[in-house]
Amino acid sequence: MNNPFMPHEAEVIARHEETADLFSIQLRLTDPVIQSQYRFAPGQFNMLYLPGMGEVPVSIVSDPDDIHIIDHTIRKVGSVTNNLGRLQVGDRLGLRGPYGRGWPVVEAEGTDLVIVTGGLGCAPSVSLIDYVLRCQARYGHVHIIQGVKHSNDFIWHARYDLWRQYPNVEVWLTADAGDALWPWHIGPVTQFFDQLDIDPQRTSVMMCGPEGMMKAVVQDMRQRAVPDKRIWFSMERNVQCAVGSCGRCQLGAKFVCKDGPVFNYDELAPYWGHKGA
Amino acid sequence: MNRQRFLPRERFQSLIDQLKAAGYDVVGPQVRDHAIVFDALTKVEQLPIGITDEQAPGRYRLEKSESRRCFDWATGAQAIKPMTFVARETLWQSERLPGGGISFHDTLTETRPVAIIGVRACDLAALSIHDHHFMRGAHPDPQYSQRRQSLFLIAVHCMRSAATCFCTATGDGPQARSGYDLVLSELDTGFILEAHTGRGLDIVLQMETEAVTAEQTEQADAGILRAARQQHRTLPAGPLQEKLVSAVEHPHWQTLNDRCLSCGNCTAVCPTCFCQTHVDEISLDGQQASHVRQWESCFNPDHSHIHGIVIRSERSHRYRQWLTHKFGTWEEQFGRSGCVGCGRCITWCPVGIDVTGELAVLCKRNEP
Repeated sequence: MNNPFMPHEAEVIARHEETADLFSIQLRLTDPVIQSQYRFAPGQFNMLYLPGMGEVPVSIVSDPDDIHIIDHTIRKVGSVTNNLGRLQVGDRLGLRGPYGRGWPVVEAEGTDLVIVTGGLGCAPSVSLIDYVLRCQARYGHVHIIQGVKHSNDFIWHARYDLWRQYPNVEVWLTADAGDALWPWHIGPVTQFFDQLDIDPQRTSVMMCGPEGMMKAVVQDMRQRAVPDKRIWFSMERNVQCAVGSCGRCQLGAKFVCKDGPVFNYDELAPYWGHKGA
Repeated sequence: MNRQRFLPRERFQSLIDQLKAAGYDVVGPQVRDHAIVFDALTKVEQLPIGITDEQAPGRYRLEKSESRRCFDWATGAQAIKPMTFVARETLWQSERLPGGGISFHDTLTETRPVAIIGVRACDLAALSIHDHHFMRGAHPDPQYSQRRQSLFLIAVHCMRSAATCFCTATGDGPQARSGYDLVLSELDTGFILEAHTGRGLDIVLQMETEAVTAEQTEQADAGILRAARQQHRTLPAGPLQEKLVSAVEHPHWQTLNDRCLSCGNCTAVCPTCFCQTHVDEISLDGQQASHVRQWESCFNPDHSHIHGIVIRSERSHRYRQWLTHKFGTWEEQFGRSGCVGCGRCITWCPVGIDVTGELAVLCKRNEP
């Protein structure tokens, strides 16, 4: 019987320091057969492993159509992520995945998209945006709204500049606090919603970031009559096994690792917004 | 032949002998440290003969009974869960290679066939839930599956309930109805044996047994009925998922915050709790690591920890998570309640919190 908990060896192909506590690593599974079979959908995640340290769940940032590499952007918060941040090109680690249900790229076809991200919440949505812009004919207008705590936290300038050049794409950037050179807005992501020219009945909202931000966006979008089943978000909970066994990621009746991490509001409504749920 | 046969008490050892002859390691209940535990069994004399248990919220005592029966008690703190979902086990190992690479190894080893004597209806129901959880998903658990498939189960119908038992309320007992190879009805003079599988029948056929009399069958039925009538704890009318989920902000959770010690005893003794922590343990030279799974409790703040945040930071959140999951959201996940009515969480709670009483309060405002 296949051991669902055991990682495969992966190699660091490239690394990049994004900010003082954010870094990106590019990985490749060392077994060419396993790498060639590896496919993921935007919004799914991998488990990354360091010997003696353990595993962490990390969303996949790279382009789902690039079958040769796997990109992760990670914030250094605990022992595993801090030590992942010390890996150099050529170093080895463990990887298993991809896991979970990603973004509803098929269900959202034919609708306008409002993609709202907060902080590093943009990481799970980067591959979504890359995918959507490559298949742009299947979607309507795309609004990309990114909020950060401080303007110094904003990464991927080039990516946002590129996205801004696409037709029918609007990019809105805001920081809770910014330095003098921050050219964009100050304040919460919801400040732009009045300026969005959306038809609620043919709009899909997808968001990722701190739960407080997502709560505000959900409330606003529901008031604008966007259907509950078209308001999507990526949730975070403790994940140990990633296959629905360890019970740690439960949110109401859902296992975030296998039923999510992407859910629509209708699915989580009974638990939404209750502290400790 | 009739699948029911009578085995006189003085020949009960022949069941253990026959199971051993068929290649099984035999496990059964016995008294240790003032409690009934399951362990290797070679002789009938090791069974808790003439022992009964007195249970109440926060209380468990063994006492001598008048009878010579082996199963005249209800439940110990643990029964068969640790034999399939092991409290601590290695899932795989990693090794650093000289060139800087990492290799990964499976640690699954052969398990011996095990026959367990004395499995109760509540524990069979819990085992069936764990089978669903560990074996029927998209990623079957190799460790659990291997142990589970090596089991031969000899159930026993309960003829005596503890004061904390409420399996009649969950519909799981006191009669063992499915999921076993053989079942015993214990009478003063011996046991009615009933085979439910071919291999169970094979064991019975090897033994010197007698025809079952109508009087013996009546005694067995009366015993099960007596155990059912001894139970007085009830549950609110189900399904409970909607009732509990909609009670998420009920003020009663705060009273649990004040009483619950968050010790996790309830989750440790619960036969259906399945939460786990996976940790990596490294050798002194740093070359090998074992990835170990151990039981975890949702009463531990670390259970819901994510990058510097504890989602369920209050005891009330954690108690709510446990109770709402066990009796409510479990229904959506498994098609039934996560409670089998064994009452262990009531007995082993050091402050005697009684889930049936808490549920009555929490679900009351929603009752018609």
